[in-house]
Amino acid sequence: MITDTLINVSNLEKHFKGGEIKALDGVSAEIKRGEVVVVIGPSGSGKSTFLRCLNLLEVPTGGQILFDGANITDPKCNINIHRQRMGMVFQHFNLFPHMTILKNMTLAPMKLLKKSKAEAEAKAMALLERVGLADRANAYPSQLSGGQKQRIAIVRALCMEPEVMLFDEPTSALDPEMVGEVLEVMKSLAHDGMTMVVVTHEMGFAREVGDRVIFMDSGKIIEENTPNELFDNPQSERLQSFLAKVL
Amino acid sequence: MNEWFETQKAKFILNFIDDNRWKYMWDGLGVTLKVTFFALLIGLVIGFVIAIIRSTHDKNIENMRKGPGWVLMKIANALCQIYLTVIRGTPVVVQLLIAYFIIFVSSNNKVFVAVIAFGINSGAYVAEIVRSGIMSIDNGQTEAGRSLGLNFTQTMIYIIIPQAFKNVLPALGNEFIVLLKETSVSGYIALQDLTKGADIIRGRTFDAFMPLIACAAIYLIMVMFFSWLVNKLERRLRNSDH
Repeated sequence: MITDTLINVSNLEKHFKGGEIKALDGVSAEIKRGEVVVVIGPSGSGKSTFLRCLNLLEVPTGGQILFDGANITDPKCNINIHRQRMGMVFQHFNLFPHMTILKNMTLAPMKLLKKSKAEAEAKAMALLERVGLADRANAYPSQLSGGQKQRIAIVRALCMEPEVMLFDEPTSALDPEMVGEVLEVMKSLAHDGMTMVVVTHEMGFAREVGDRVIFMDSGKIIEENTPNELFDNPQSERLQSFLAKVL
Repeated sequence: MNEWFETQKAKFILNFIDDNRWKYMWDGLGVTLKVTFFALLIGLVIGFVIAIIRSTHDKNIENMRKGPGWVLMKIANALCQIYLTVIRGTPVVVQLLIAYFIIFVSSNNKVFVAVIAFGINSGAYVAEIVRSGIMSIDNGQTEAGRSLGLNFTQTMIYIIIPQAFKNVLPALGNEFIVLLKETSVSGYIALQDLTKGADIIRGRTFDAFMPLIACAAIYLIMVMFFSWLVNKLERRLRNSDH
């Protein structure tokens, strides 16, 4: 199933204040089609910055990112085209509060994929059905719980039929009892073969769903392995002490 | 009592009925509304454009690549700053006089000159109001829009501006009311607006009370009406906050 490389990151750097702060310090990684890559690490390790660089929400100061063969770090590259094929889910959901759920989901497909209203709404309703929120289609985001908001945020991204989904700590802002429903949606997405890059503190999810886990600290990839190997047999001292604290 | 009433009636007839003097105020009211309306439009356009330039600059300049876009952004922001400083730093009457006697010296169309002068003046205030609205919208909204593939303009139009507009509507309504009353200095370029109309009547009848109080009452009624209108719009836009 896992065949070719979808995202190739080489020697990525993100420096702030003219190099004083190195959020990313030479990160290289490869994400294959259909693969679920989980990125873990302490806060401030650069894992979110890494993820946000993948769709250029954060512009890297050095290195190169190839997305499906296109060099998106080239200043001449039109990133908007590529972002249409990279869904992103944020820690704080970032639903559009002035639009109904349905409008949240149909805005981008109608404006960018030139879908008709009926077409976009049919797709949106099918996805809402899938996450069990079809009855909230005409509600506004402020009427939903955190877990519901995040599930909507996921399907909003799915409406663009992306090649890869980027998750930036999708469960960190949720009440503990709502974490499960969001992870459930992500799991089913992974089972359907979606390529996913997930920054998270959910070690259980990483172990169960991840094909590969990347451990980052101080802007570098320290260790990278299958979940079982990484969690059960950590090599570096830094990872050992990290796991001792979180597990 | 009856005598007082008779005197007032006579004064009313003298000030408004004789020689069709009410027409000075009626026509003046039309001019006031026309100038306010078009100045408002110009002010909104200038204000929104400048607010978008300024807020984009403030939010993004540090993350931008140092290329032609960066230079353009810096220049555009500097020009906006100069505009804001000059317009907000000088009295509107002086700006109106400069527009009429220096910039548009060859134009006889006083309404046009007043519209331009008040529009440019209002634009500066609208710009700062709208900028505060845009800055108040969480960055996550922009990021969500851009991550879906919407470009900068689409994100602004469909996501940021509607939310910002809703937030600043009370302040914009206030600016509109200020603008409406500010046009009363149009008499400085001999434009016959409502205030000037009332003042002409005062000059003809040598009675200050009736025309000036009537003029004040008309402004007051207009302001109350527009405040009510803005309030209604505000409530309609609040639909999504349940």
